[in-house]
Amino acid sequence: MLEIFQHHFVIKAILAGVVVGFLGGFYGNFVVQRKMSFLGDGLAHVTFGGIALGLLLQFEPFLVALPFTLFVAIALTYLKERTTLEIDTTIGIFFAISVALGILFITLNKRYISDAFSYLFGSILLVSDKDLLISYFFGLATILLAIIFWKRWTYATFDYELAMVDRINVRFDDYLLSVLIALSIVISVKLVGIFLVASFLVIPPAAAKLLSKTFAQMTILSIILGIISSILGIIISILWDLPTGSTIILLQSIIFLFAFAVKQLR
Amino acid sequence: MNEIAINVDSLTVFYGKYCVIRDITFSINKNEFVTIVGPNGGGKTTLLKAILGLVEPTNGKVEVFSKPPKELDFHEIGYVPQIKNLDRTFPAKVIELVATGLTGKWKFVITKEIRNLALEALAKTGIENLAERPLTKLSGGELQRVYLARSIIRKPKLLILDEPATGIDSVAEVDFSKILEEQQKMFNTTILMVTHDWEYAFHHSNKVILLNKRLIAFDSPKKAFTEENLKKTFGHIGHEHTMQFIIDKNA
Ligand SMILES: Nc1ncnc2c1ncn2[C@@H]1O[C@H](COP(=O)(O)OP(=O)(O)OP(=O)(O)O)[C@@H](O)[C@H]1O
Ligand SMILES: [Mg+2]
Repeated sequence: MLEIFQHHFVIKAILAGVVVGFLGGFYGNFVVQRKMSFLGDGLAHVTFGGIALGLLLQFEPFLVALPFTLFVAIALTYLKERTTLEIDTTIGIFFAISVALGILFITLNKRYISDAFSYLFGSILLVSDKDLLISYFFGLATILLAIIFWKRWTYATFDYELAMVDRINVRFDDYLLSVLIALSIVISVKLVGIFLVASFLVIPPAAAKLLSKTFAQMTILSIILGIISSILGIIISILWDLPTGSTIILLQSIIFLFAFAVKQLR
Repeated sequence: MNEIAINVDSLTVFYGKYCVIRDITFSINKNEFVTIVGPNGGGKTTLLKAILGLVEPTNGKVEVFSKPPKELDFHEIGYVPQIKNLDRTFPAKVIELVATGLTGKWKFVITKEIRNLALEALAKTGIENLAERPLTKLSGGELQRVYLARSIIRKPKLLILDEPATGIDSVAEVDFSKILEEQQKMFNTTILMVTHDWEYAFHHSNKVILLNKRLIAFDSPKKAFTEENLKKTFGHIGHEHTMQFIIDKNA
């Protein structure tokens, strides 16, 4: 079993899995506590639209998907702030438009259909050294930002108004958080795929929440669960030749059920 | 020592097309205890929010300690919000919320020093034993005490309370007014409080604001609580006992 670690791609996949698990585990706390669990799914499908366009234009898909996704993340925050529409409604709208566009682009594009599918399901083989480097750079940036912003995001998550009274620039913080969530989704899509990326933002924090008394505990636990499920999922998927994304998410689900059981027994 | 704490000048606030506060002018001196009385929807909370800098004036201006509210340091104002739909799913302990009163942020770790101060504040509001309780498991009255502890822990120069006595039992109400008096005496705190308890306003405040979209009265309790003013504020005064109350006070 240990010989799998001799393969370069396995190490690379695990390294990628760690950072994806970390990102989902960290940002997911705010996504779940702010009741925006649909956000991850929505943004992932926007990324899909962008990737499909990139493939059609024969341009690096992620360079097209990135501005697409960032734009929608900012638009969602703007609409939440300026209208009475709930965020799940506006997500639903962008979700639908992006998928429609994505399908249109793929259909117009005769050559790269199989490529498009590999993005839907994700593949550890898609992860290049450059991707890995970028994702670690972003992971590092997240750690640094967390030092400044965790205490502000958390405060505003608990009570927007109290945070405002205490002179926190909640508006700026919201936009920043949306942009960072969008970035982490784009970065994670290659490994776990469009379909499953959102669950990184939802399942580990949800399981952590069941077991935590404070938001700080939840944050730490969620990160740990995200990372562990990634590592184990990748190893198991390689050993048994299973799809990576599915394996990780099913593992996360088992953890969630376990957390639920523990919560019930307490 | 008649320095001005809050200066409200021709304040008008619209929500969209709907005017909530119209052309209000008054100023509150430092160390005064002022209560705001008015009907539901009369604009009391909105006035407080304008003073806190949460709501932009459509017209006119608000100054707190001679500054626009937004330029104040967060330490200067303590705020007890109207009891509201607290996120009942947020995992947190009582002590963490009280600590935000001191730090103005949701700290990842609460230091020993902050913890002790928070416990002290909780002891003042009589709920030291709830420090480690999940916020989600508190009763309405307990929650109000937590918010009060949170607001006094920072020893603010201005304390703004929006119906803090809602859901508080009568014994606790005495505690509440004691705490407020103590703040006023010990730290020269200026207090601005919305209440529906006329009796309380009459006996405890230096001045009363009667508010129903417009400023009906801003005066000492004796002069503010006239039958005419109350009629203007509340429309008709339907209840026998409120009439009784006014007659008593005037007697
Ligand atoms: N965010 C808002 N958007 C639109 N209208 C609002 C908003 N907040 C309050 N209002 C309206 O402004 C009016 C005044 O509200 P406010 O909360 O200031 O009243 P209040 O005097 O505090 O009432 P209560 O005694 O019920 O607390 C109400 O008619 C309310 O419907
Ligand atoms: Mg109110």
